[in-house]
Amino acid sequence: MSIKRRAALKGLAGGLVGGLAAPLVLRHAALGADPIKVVGIHDASGGLDIYGKPMIACLDFAVDEVNASGGLLGRPVELINYDPQSNIQLYTQFATQAATKDHAAVVQGGITSASREAIRPILDRYRTLYFYNTQYEGGVCDRNCFCTGSTPAQNVQKLMPYIMPKWGKKIYVVAADYNYGQITSKWITKYAHDGGGEVVAVDFFPLDVTDFGPAIQKIQQAKPDVVISALVGGAHVSFYRQWAAAGMKTRIPMASTTFGGGNETLILSPEEANGIVCAYSYFQEVDTPANKAFLEKFHAKMAPNAPYLGAELAMRTYVGFNLWAEGVRKANTIERMKVIEALETGIENDGPPGKTIIDPKTNHVTLNVYLAEAHDRGFKVLQSFPDQPPSDTQMVCNLQKNPNENKQYIIDIKT
Amino acid sequence: MDIFLAVGFQVLSGIATLFITSLGLAIIFGMMRVINLAHGEFLMLGAYAAILSARAGLNIWLAMLVVAPLVVGVIGLIVERLIIRRLYGRMIDTMLATWGLSLALIGAVTMIFGNTVAGFSAPLGSFAIGGFTASAYALFLIFAAIFMLFGVWIVLRFTSAGLIARGTMQNAEMAAALGVAPERVYAVTFAAGSALSGLAGALIAPFSGVVPTMGTSYIAKAFITVITGGAAMLAGTFSASFLLGAVSTFGTFATTPVFGEVMMLAVAIVLLRLLPQGITGRFFRRAL
Repeated sequence: MSIKRRAALKGLAGGLVGGLAAPLVLRHAALGADPIKVVGIHDASGGLDIYGKPMIACLDFAVDEVNASGGLLGRPVELINYDPQSNIQLYTQFATQAATKDHAAVVQGGITSASREAIRPILDRYRTLYFYNTQYEGGVCDRNCFCTGSTPAQNVQKLMPYIMPKWGKKIYVVAADYNYGQITSKWITKYAHDGGGEVVAVDFFPLDVTDFGPAIQKIQQAKPDVVISALVGGAHVSFYRQWAAAGMKTRIPMASTTFGGGNETLILSPEEANGIVCAYSYFQEVDTPANKAFLEKFHAKMAPNAPYLGAELAMRTYVGFNLWAEGVRKANTIERMKVIEALETGIENDGPPGKTIIDPKTNHVTLNVYLAEAHDRGFKVLQSFPDQPPSDTQMVCNLQKNPNENKQYIIDIKT
Repeated sequence: MDIFLAVGFQVLSGIATLFITSLGLAIIFGMMRVINLAHGEFLMLGAYAAILSARAGLNIWLAMLVVAPLVVGVIGLIVERLIIRRLYGRMIDTMLATWGLSLALIGAVTMIFGNTVAGFSAPLGSFAIGGFTASAYALFLIFAAIFMLFGVWIVLRFTSAGLIARGTMQNAEMAAALGVAPERVYAVTFAAGSALSGLAGALIAPFSGVVPTMGTSYIAKAFITVITGGAAMLAGTFSASFLLGAVSTFGTFATTPVFGEVMMLAVAIVLLRLLPQGITGRFFRRAL
C-alpha cells in the first residue's frame, strides 16, 4: 500500500513539474536563442512586501510584454526574481549571486536606500549594471547605477511651494530614522528656506516605533502650520491613525514625501488619510491615455489580483526595465559598458507616467511630477509638472567629467 | 499647566499600551515558562480578527472585545495541543518552535488575507486638555488596562480556577496528586494567555498599522517588560510597564523619540544588572 502511494506521489510530482516546466520551455523554444538574464531583487515577504509586491508585479509585466513582442535582440528575456525578505543581509547575498552565478545583464531592485547602498558596491565590484527604481533622497553619483525614481528636487520642491502659501510657513518634520529620512528632512529644510519658511523641529523615529502619542503632543506644543511626514513602513502607519484620533487632522494639515508609496491609503480609513498632500512622479490615478491603456492591459493580465499601484515605486520599476531594454536595443548588445554608453545618449521612454529621459550627467532621470492629495483610499491628482530635471544631483555630480566617481553626495544645509 | 496634564496623560497612555501588549506574554512566559516568540503574531491575529469581523458588519466594540479574544483563544488552544504541550520544561525548544510558528502565522495570514487589509479608525473622537487635544480612545485604553489588571488579579486571587492554575504552575505533580489534571490546566492557561494577547491586538488595532508583520514592533518590548518585571507575573508586568513606559514617554518629551527608546532600553539593562531576578525578585515578592 505504502509503496503504491509513494509511486502515485512520484507520478503526481513528475506530472506537476512537467506541467509547470512545459510553458517555460515552449516559450523559450519559440524565441529560439539563449535567454538574456535579468535579475530582480525586491522584498516579496516581510515588512517591506507592501512596496515589493507591486514592484515585482510590474517587473513581471514589463518582461512579459517585451517577450511577447519578440524579446530583445532576438533573444528571450529570462527574469529571475529573488526575495530578500526585508533583510539587508539577503540583499547582499542575492546581488552577489546575480553577478557571479547568474551573470545577469542587469539587476533591477532595491527598495529602501539602505538596501540600495548594500548592493550598489557589490554590483560595482562585479561590473554588473544596476537600476534602482525608487523615489529616494538623491545624490548617488555612480556610472554603473541608474536611478529612475524621483528625488527631492523633483518631489519636495513641488510640495513646498504648494503647501506654504496655502497653509503657512511654520513647518514641523517627522521622519524615519535612517539615511532616507535624515537626508530628505535636510531637503525639506532647504526648500522651506527657499520659500521663506522655517522648520521649527525635525523628529526622527526608529522604524519600529508604534506609539506616537508623545510626538503628537510635542507637535501641538510647537504649533506649526504644516506637518510634513517622511515616515516609512508598517509601524509608522500608526502615526496617521493616532494623529487623526487625537483630532489633529482638522487642526493642522499634513503633507508627505512617503505617504502612498506603499499601501497606506488602503490600510487607513478615508477620514484618517483624506487631504494628505503628496508629490510623486506617478499616481495610478494619473489621467492620460497612455496610463489608461497600461492599466487596462495590466488589470486584464493580473486579474483578479492586480495590486493597487499607488504612487511611483511600482510604475518606476516598469519604466526602469523599459529604459534598460531601450538601451540594449540601441547598443545592439547586452555588454555592460556599451549599454551604459547607449543609455547615456539620453534614452527616453514614453510610458504611463509620461516621458522619462535619462540625464547623462547623473544617470538619473528627467520626469513628470504630479501633485495629489489622498482621497477615498486613493489619490486625487491636483497639478502636474512636465519634464522636471534631477537638479539636486546635478548640482554635485557630473559623470561625464568624472566617469569614475562613485559615491553618494549628501546635501549640506546652511541654516 | 495644561502641558503637564497633557504629558501626564501621554505617560499613562504609554504605560497602558505597554501593559496591555505584555499581559498575554506575562501569563504564557511569566507563569508557564514558555518562551512564546509568536506573541507578536497573536497580537496581529487579534487585530485581524477584530478588523475582519468589523468589516463583515459586526459592531466594532463587539469585534474588539469579544470576537478577537475568542478567536485567538481558540487558536491558542489548537497551538497548545499541536505544539506547545510536547515542549513543557524545554524552554529553548519552545523558543525555536514558537519562532517557527511566528513565521508560519505571518506567512499564512499574508497568503489568506494579503498584506493589505483596510482597518478602522479609532472610535470616540478626541477631547481637549487645555490647549491640547488628545484621543478619547487613548483614555479608553487606560481604563482597559486597569480593567485587565484587576480582571486577571481577581481571577487568579479569588477564584478556584486561578488557585488551581497557580498551584499547577508551581508544582504540577503535587497538583496531579490532589486530583487536578495538569494537562488541562496548562491548555486552558495557554489559551487564556492567547486570548489576552488577542484582546490586546484588537485594542491597539485602531491605533496601529495592521499588517501581517506588525507583531515584530511589539514583541521585543513585551519581552523586555515581562523579564524586567520578574517572577510575580501581575505585579511584575505592571511595575515594569509603569517604569519603562514612563521613562520612554518622558524621554521622548525631554529629548527625541530615538533617545526615548534608548533610555528605556538603558533602564531595562541597568535594572536587570542590579536586580537579575527582575523587579519582583526584590520588591513585591509575595504579590501575584
